[in-house]
Amino acid sequence: MSLVTGLSGGGAAAPKTRRSGGARPPAATARRRGGRRPPGRRNLQGWLFSTPFLVLFGVFMLFPIVATLWMSFTDFGVRNVRRPLEAEFVGLGNYAKLLGDETFRTALFNTAYFVVVGVPLTIVLGLLVALLLNNGIDRARTFFRVGFYAPVVTSIVAVAVVWRFVLDPSDGLVAGLAAELGMKAPDFLGSETWAMPSLILMAVWRNLGTVMVLFIAGLQAIPTEVREAARLDGAGAWHELRRVTVPLLRPTMLYATVITTIGYLNVFEEPFVMTQGGPSNATLTVSLDMYREGFNFFHMGYASAMAYVLFVVIMGITVLQLRLLKDNTR
Amino acid sequence: MSVPTASIRTASTPGGRRREGRVRRPVLYALASLGLLVMAAPFLWMALSAFKTRQDLTAGPPVWIPSRWTLDNFGELLDQLDMPRYFMNSLVVAVLVTACNLLFCSMLGYALAKLDFAGRSQVFGIVLAALMVPGNLLILPLYVLMSRLGLIDTYAGLVLPFAAGAFGVFLMRQFMKSVPDELLEAARIDGAGEWFIFWRIVLPLVKPALATLTIFTFLGSWNNFVWPLVATNDPGKYTLPVALATFANDPNRTIAGGNGMLMAGSLLVVLPVLVVFVILQRHFTQGIATAGLK
Repeated sequence: MSLVTGLSGGGAAAPKTRRSGGARPPAATARRRGGRRPPGRRNLQGWLFSTPFLVLFGVFMLFPIVATLWMSFTDFGVRNVRRPLEAEFVGLGNYAKLLGDETFRTALFNTAYFVVVGVPLTIVLGLLVALLLNNGIDRARTFFRVGFYAPVVTSIVAVAVVWRFVLDPSDGLVAGLAAELGMKAPDFLGSETWAMPSLILMAVWRNLGTVMVLFIAGLQAIPTEVREAARLDGAGAWHELRRVTVPLLRPTMLYATVITTIGYLNVFEEPFVMTQGGPSNATLTVSLDMYREGFNFFHMGYASAMAYVLFVVIMGITVLQLRLLKDNTR
Repeated sequence: MSVPTASIRTASTPGGRRREGRVRRPVLYALASLGLLVMAAPFLWMALSAFKTRQDLTAGPPVWIPSRWTLDNFGELLDQLDMPRYFMNSLVVAVLVTACNLLFCSMLGYALAKLDFAGRSQVFGIVLAALMVPGNLLILPLYVLMSRLGLIDTYAGLVLPFAAGAFGVFLMRQFMKSVPDELLEAARIDGAGEWFIFWRIVLPLVKPALATLTIFTFLGSWNNFVWPLVATNDPGKYTLPVALATFANDPNRTIAGGNGMLMAGSLLVVLPVLVVFVILQRHFTQGIATAGLK
């Protein structure tokens, strides 16, 4: 299509190059047979194309990463927002304080709870839905896929506001259903026992679609011959799933598990909107604790230490997962 | 609903190998439909509740279908919240973020895929590392930086940290690798400059990738919450999610009928995205699959 136009347009439109900026006179390169450029110029061009990204990366990612580390060793407080360099160096003081911080320990526990229950649920349900939609259903496939994926594209905040009402003990959807069945629903978000499971349920509901799409793509990459061979060898549906499909889905499963875990370790919006970390810190997560310390109390040095602890935990778990789930058969 | 259709269809499927499917298929359709209903339930509840009267919203056994459809919730919401303004803020930020990403990510994607320069693998390493960095690690010093630059409560402050995402670079690189080298060599022999090749030859060839990147970046920005929450103090600069969350958590909000207003607000945030998603759904699933598997 545009392949041809692009090619033939190349010569004819060459004079335009100057106007589009950054290009050398066309004649200069035309003389050089084979169109090879000297290495110096090639390097320059590569770096010119990289510049915008690298500048933005340097200012808005690399600098903050280093600055967070520096801040975590200082008593950076609200007055330092105006005079950052006057923050006092406190060494490992913030980290030492974290060790004895009861609230932070609760936040760590809650985040672990969220991840340990939420990730397997999301992965297993996502796999089941993918299998159902890929193998079990041939009509209206797109319709079902769109439906299961829809929560992924919506704003977490809006969805959390909706779920808060869905779980409302007096006027909510679940309470209404329970009433129709003659039961009484608990006050989900107001109970220390039920608040966290409710948030997990919502997260599973919202992230199921991503995992499903990944698994469907993975399933479609499995050659039909492999499955047919298994079937000819007399493998039942369960056996085929367990011995053929799931092992072949391993790379997909690894990727899905890693991204879901990273996402869940950073969980913030759900407790922020639905419970504000309550009741009595039952849904306070590390991110929420960090946000509060940093932006409600302006203990920014202390919050930076939290951010780094979370970061190290995330890196550690990711590396561990890559090791454990790696394909050892090759 | 879809169950009878399913069994008719299966009956007409040729081949004896699928015999067991004849029994199983209706069950599978029923399962999938039930799952879909559960997935859709919160949205349906939101959409119905947004049009309920105050009495319906607080009725003892809940009213499923509004006994009288009303737009009062939307009216009250617009009285209390300047929704058009938040909508504009979200839109401007999302458009700017998307435009920046389209340009900057494809530029670097092109360099990484097609330009053989010293340091290329190091730059690619940076991109991969950037994919792993969680936003939580950045917001504290970013806030300080933006305050020092006077960019709190500005569009620039909301856009710049997201102007070139690593995901976009990765995506563009993967797609641009599939553009044949001969094509670029031919253009070089014809005397085309690198920018010309990038802009006139490569970009038109990776339009599907650009579409995917547009959708994901726009959506990511539209739904983004933590940074806009931190980087705005002036309510006039709130984006939609920040305005909605602040309103939902405001203890002074009138409780009676409050849920109706919140559902109306959520509907206004979610509906445009859902409509666009249904129209463009193919690009979504392709994008995720590409990013995940390539």
